[in-house]
Amino acid sequence: MTSPLRLCVRRSPAPGAEGVATLVTLRLPSDIDCIEEAVELVTRHCLAGHSATRTIRFRLQVVLSEALANAILRGNQESLDKWVEVRAELLSDVIRVYVTDEGPGFDPGAIPEPIQPDQLDESGGRGLFLIRKLVDGVQFNEQGNSICMILRRH
Amino acid sequence: MGFSQTKDQSGVAVLQVEGQLIVGNRQELKDLVQAALERGERRILIDFSRTGYIDSSGLGALVSISKRIRESGGELRLSGLNEDLRSLFELTKLDTLFAIADTPQQALASF
Repeated sequence: MTSPLRLCVRRSPAPGAEGVATLVTLRLPSDIDCIEEAVELVTRHCLAGHSATRTIRFRLQVVLSEALANAILRGNQESLDKWVEVRAELLSDVIRVYVTDEGPGFDPGAIPEPIQPDQLDESGGRGLFLIRKLVDGVQFNEQGNSICMILRRH
Repeated sequence: MGFSQTKDQSGVAVLQVEGQLIVGNRQELKDLVQAALERGERRILIDFSRTGYIDSSGLGALVSISKRIRESGGELRLSGLNEDLRSLFELTKLDTLFAIADTPQQALASF
């Protein structure tokens, strides 16, 4: 079976991204069954050639999985004619990962923190909260359909 | 990525998460627990000694499972969380919702 994931790794200065040594891009369909493979591919390329602690690897895997699930389920509503784009800019000390969907976007400021005692029994609403807690910086584009997650290597 | 299911000699249903517990397989775990409840199992242990990572959907599934077991008059224990996995429960305060043991043996002894 042909993999539906389209991976491109460019090991040269990335155009328009100062100081970026390697650019990794991945395009995947809006299918949650592709998430695990996409996470493994992007994580492997983000950490290649660097000594990474188990915790850095773990955090990268979790936030990638979260961002891809959000993009596929909420952004693209699992529509198979829509795609999710991953762009990882790899610097010597920082990894910047952008995950972009084709949805209308959302207001990240409107998402409540799900840790109040009366919310603990809720089964959803922890994705963005976890991302914010596990990386060193989070940014969104104006439309709200692209998240940038910044993770220091050490 | 999958689950293995065994029964302890004292009758506890033990589910082991092998690989990830994420949006793509959370329903499978919920179905396994539901099937165990329908068989009359009331003491259930979910072990994470062989788990890589869990996402928020996986955590949400565990919350749903916990509620379902409670409503059935059963008990749930979790075990085998490494430092990184445990941090997810602490960040989300879910460590206050679950009975978590370091090892499966400790969890089994606590029923």
